[in-house]
Amino acid sequence: MEKNIVIIALFAALIAALGLVPKFTLVSGIPITAQSMGIMLCGTVLGSRRGGLAVLLFLLLVALGLPLLAGGRGGLGVFGTPWAGFLFGFPCAAFVAGLIMERWRSDNIPLVAGAAAVIGGIGALYLIAVPYYMVATASGLDQALVTAMLPFMPGDLLKAVLTGYITAGLATARPESLLSRC
Amino acid sequence: MLSLTSPIKTGFHSVPVGPKFASLMIASIVLFINNTLTFQALAFGFVLGLYLWPGTAFFSVGLKMLWPLWPFVLIVFLWHLFTQDTVAGVVIVLRMFSAVAVANLVTMTSRMDDLIGLVTWAATPLRRVGLKPRILAVSIALFIRFLPVLIEKGAFLVESWRSRSTKRASWRVVVPMALLALDDAETVAEALRARGGVDLVDD
Repeated sequence: MEKNIVIIALFAALIAALGLVPKFTLVSGIPITAQSMGIMLCGTVLGSRRGGLAVLLFLLLVALGLPLLAGGRGGLGVFGTPWAGFLFGFPCAAFVAGLIMERWRSDNIPLVAGAAAVIGGIGALYLIAVPYYMVATASGLDQALVTAMLPFMPGDLLKAVLTGYITAGLATARPESLLSRC
Repeated sequence: MLSLTSPIKTGFHSVPVGPKFASLMIASIVLFINNTLTFQALAFGFVLGLYLWPGTAFFSVGLKMLWPLWPFVLIVFLWHLFTQDTVAGVVIVLRMFSAVAVANLVTMTSRMDDLIGLVTWAATPLRRVGLKPRILAVSIALFIRFLPVLIEKGAFLVESWRSRSTKRASWRVVVPMALLALDDAETVAEALRARGGVDLVDD
């Protein structure tokens, strides 16, 4: 019980830290933050329930007013934009990614974790974020796809692939650390 | 860790968080159901007035907090330039500014411990499914305690990377960072258990 609470709290802090550590770039020259990779990692490393709860805790602290989102944004205001569907979708993204890690018991961790990150961190996330944008702006699917999905897609795909490799790195360094597989 | 609460004292600071949060909910719904340009323009003017009321210093801090929205404004602007439906674009942007600004106002004028109190109160019904308010409080405390630790460790990892390589630190740094978090979790959980666990005091 204590271990679950602590690990959820620390991974929530890890999501925040990934968005705040200075001089850290995913690919040279492209200023994309590692924060949404933290969301995917929560799912692939901690599993569905713990991963989802870690993301919920992170969002709760953002809502409480800590400037934790990449770029130092935070507070209740971040939930007011038409793109807030991404934030509401984050816990689902981690949950679905974790679920796939738990159910698909292949030993090819980079593949399974990468696929889990794509299906959860992109599939499930956009399934919430795009309709949310459509409702919030009273717009059609074409507008939502161009303005809410297209700008983020390349970065998210890259992060999903990296999540696969990072999860595999963790599994090699410390096999018992993959709680999604315990 | 800095919070976003404004040090400039305003009349809004003395309003309890409960009513403030309820008004925010109502304001968001009202903003959402009205799609006319006139209403959104008036609403935005009213919100600006709320910010101006405590003085210009508060107003300029509030405006600064809206600045990170510019990429979104650009995306909406480009799309509506393309579809030649400027009115709809202006409505979306105005509504976004008002909704974000009203929510920011609640954040800027509420103390963090009052907000945590509101969350704990709102989470009371969840006791039935096993989430005791104490667990939530411990999680929030652990998060706030360990965030600076993780950032510091992450910064050290980036530094040591730079001392070994001519290139900037890449995504590979995330592996040791996550490992350090997992190790810390192990130690802290042991320590919590050794002190009687989170369940020691049942509230």
